[in-house]
Amino acid sequence: MVPLSYYLVLSGILFVCGVLGFLIKRNIITIFMSIELMLNGVNLSFVAFAAQWHALSGQVFVFFVMVVAAAEAAVGLAIIIAVYRTRETLNVDRVNLLKL
Amino acid sequence: MTPPTLNPLLWLVPILPLAGAAINGYFGRRSSKKAITAIALVFCGAAFVMALILAARFSSASAPYYYDLAHWIRAGSFQVDFSFYLDQLSLVMLLVVTGVGFLIHIYSVGYMGDDDGYYRFMAYLNLFMFFMLTLVLAKNYLVMFIGWEGVGLASYLLIGFWFTKDSAAAAGKKAFIVNRIGDFGFLIALFLMIKHFGSLDFTRVFAQVSAWPIETAGAGTLTAIGLLLMVGAAGKSAQIPLYVWLPDAMEGPTPVSALIHAATMVTAGVYMVARSSAIFDRAPMAMTVVASIGTLTALFAATIGIAQTDIKKVLAYSTVSQLGYMFMACGVGAFSAGIFHLMTHAFFKGLLFLAAGSVIHGVGGEQDMRKMGGLRIYMPITFMTMTVATFAIAGFPPFAGFFSKDEILWKAFSSEHGSWVFWLIGVITAFITSFYMFRLWFLTFFGDYRGAPAVHDVKHQSADARAMHDKHAHEEHGHGDPHESPWVMLGPLVVLAILSFIGGWIGIGGRFEHFLAPVFQGGPAAELAHETAGEAAGSGTETLLMLISVAAAVSGFLLAWTLYFRRPQLPARIATALGGLYQAVAHKYYIDELYATLFVKPLIDGSTTILWHGIDQGAIDAAVNDSADAARHVSDSVRHMQSGNLRSYAGWVAAGSAVVIAYMVWMGIR
Repeated sequence: MVPLSYYLVLSGILFVCGVLGFLIKRNIITIFMSIELMLNGVNLSFVAFAAQWHALSGQVFVFFVMVVAAAEAAVGLAIIIAVYRTRETLNVDRVNLLKL
Repeated sequence: MTPPTLNPLLWLVPILPLAGAAINGYFGRRSSKKAITAIALVFCGAAFVMALILAARFSSASAPYYYDLAHWIRAGSFQVDFSFYLDQLSLVMLLVVTGVGFLIHIYSVGYMGDDDGYYRFMAYLNLFMFFMLTLVLAKNYLVMFIGWEGVGLASYLLIGFWFTKDSAAAAGKKAFIVNRIGDFGFLIALFLMIKHFGSLDFTRVFAQVSAWPIETAGAGTLTAIGLLLMVGAAGKSAQIPLYVWLPDAMEGPTPVSALIHAATMVTAGVYMVARSSAIFDRAPMAMTVVASIGTLTALFAATIGIAQTDIKKVLAYSTVSQLGYMFMACGVGAFSAGIFHLMTHAFFKGLLFLAAGSVIHGVGGEQDMRKMGGLRIYMPITFMTMTVATFAIAGFPPFAGFFSKDEILWKAFSSEHGSWVFWLIGVITAFITSFYMFRLWFLTFFGDYRGAPAVHDVKHQSADARAMHDKHAHEEHGHGDPHESPWVMLGPLVVLAILSFIGGWIGIGGRFEHFLAPVFQGGPAAELAHETAGEAAGSGTETLLMLISVAAAVSGFLLAWTLYFRRPQLPARIATALGGLYQAVAHKYYIDELYATLFVKPLIDGSTTILWHGIDQGAIDAAVNDSADAARHVSDSVRHMQSGNLRSYAGWVAAGSAVVIAYMVWMGIR
């Protein structure tokens, strides 16, 4: 059996990849994908703990996260399309109308 | 004294005009003129009818009526209620206020009918009636104070009725501020009463006062209360040194001058002093001060009246002077004589103002008597009624003013508080009064019409003139010849003329005094006994004094007749001969200028430098502005974090979470 620590390290690597991608990339779709990566990193640690402790609540939580992520994807993609239609760019640095 | 009886009619009397004021005030802008007239007259007339019903029932029983409407202040043993009270004194005031008030309401329909603010005017008049009736019917000093302040408010609103005119707005402010000085004295008197008597109820205060000794030796609490009350009365009733607002108050429409500044509101001070007779009876020094102020004011204002050329200003100074008579009467202990003169004065001075309004109306808004003349041909009814009023105020028998003025002069001479000095000044004042009133009469109604027939220079006209200008412009006859006023204005004149003629007869044989006797219990049976005993001995003296005062009135008439009828070129020469003295009188002894230098200017300067620039701008504004500035500088330095760069925000979030996680891990390790 693969030890728990392997899963957790992988989960941490996925999460940090997500964070770095979020911070570095400028394309909104890439940023969006980075958010999904962070969510899935967390999901991995949930199921790993659930398997380790034979507790179903971790699995249930993962389903919740996936549902929220799906809803978020639907809304987020709609927003991205709307942004592209009005501004004709997906570069976040140029979507800055709310600054002081 | 029989215990007071409950009578729920009492609170209806003041409430009715308030309802009229509310209806006209809220809906008047959209109502028709007829509806406004109907509401104003019906509610005011209903109050008058109520007063008549009360009077009819009252004459059979001499026990006062009272009615407790609601609790107001309850603090331990101290309590004040919304209570109303009707005894002989308030009954006289009630009838005068509602009766004269109703007549002036009718007159206003004709006088103000074409003004744009007609609904506002009628609402204010009704509001004034409400406050005046509250003042008169109050059962304690605090409810009286509500009315006292309320009539001041109504007076302010009505003086400044034509508020687009600077002088009217300024006159309103002046009246309000000067009254405020008097109210300050009145309030402190109330505080003293609460401290020493623990009550403000008339009956309870006077019951306690009657147990106090008479303060003959010097000034005590009662003297202090009396003097402070007199400060309030001097403000409201335009006595020295606070009389300066009344002549300026003539900026208001003429019915207002008649109702508020002649017949009713300005007499509130006299009523208040008479109501407090129990206090004054035990404070001889306060009495002397009241009498001296009244006597001085009577003479002083009368002399100013000689040289005025504005018809309303003459009447204004005459009002101040007549109020002085009333205070003279109160000061020598003849409260009923003061109230008697208050009543007859309400008739003839109300009539004089209304007739003057009719004259102003008839000549197209002119108020300068030098531009009138010969009007007895053009306006016969106004002339007749004005003649009655002039003879009444001058003190010719058998007109009303003769009886009341003679009563005051006799009391000033014979009363134990009186002295021949008061009497002598009173007679001199009577002579001057007669002179300036007949001067007004001759200048206005005799000789040839001196007004320019058609041309009108709007710039030099008074407020009344301009208000009337519009209404006359679209009438066919224009300003050509003077014309008689409509009957809606003449009717009240005729009624008041009848009252001015016969109104004094109720005082014959001391009937009026006996009617009021239960109220003025201060020097109770003793004074009445003294009165009847002295009657026989003094009747010779009384007749002599009466003859002297009639002689004074007649010689005033003769002098005016010589100067302004037989030899009209003489007054100008006399004025030139007197030079400086005439100038001083014509400029009202420069009192306004003196007050401006002594009080107004230092006050404005002090307020500007210390309060405005120093405290308001230097401390209060500075504190607010500086803290705002500090907040702005701090925000200015941190606002650069908000760059609009989405990834920098995310970076901050990530860094924050990292810090939180690091902290938790650190805490976990420890």
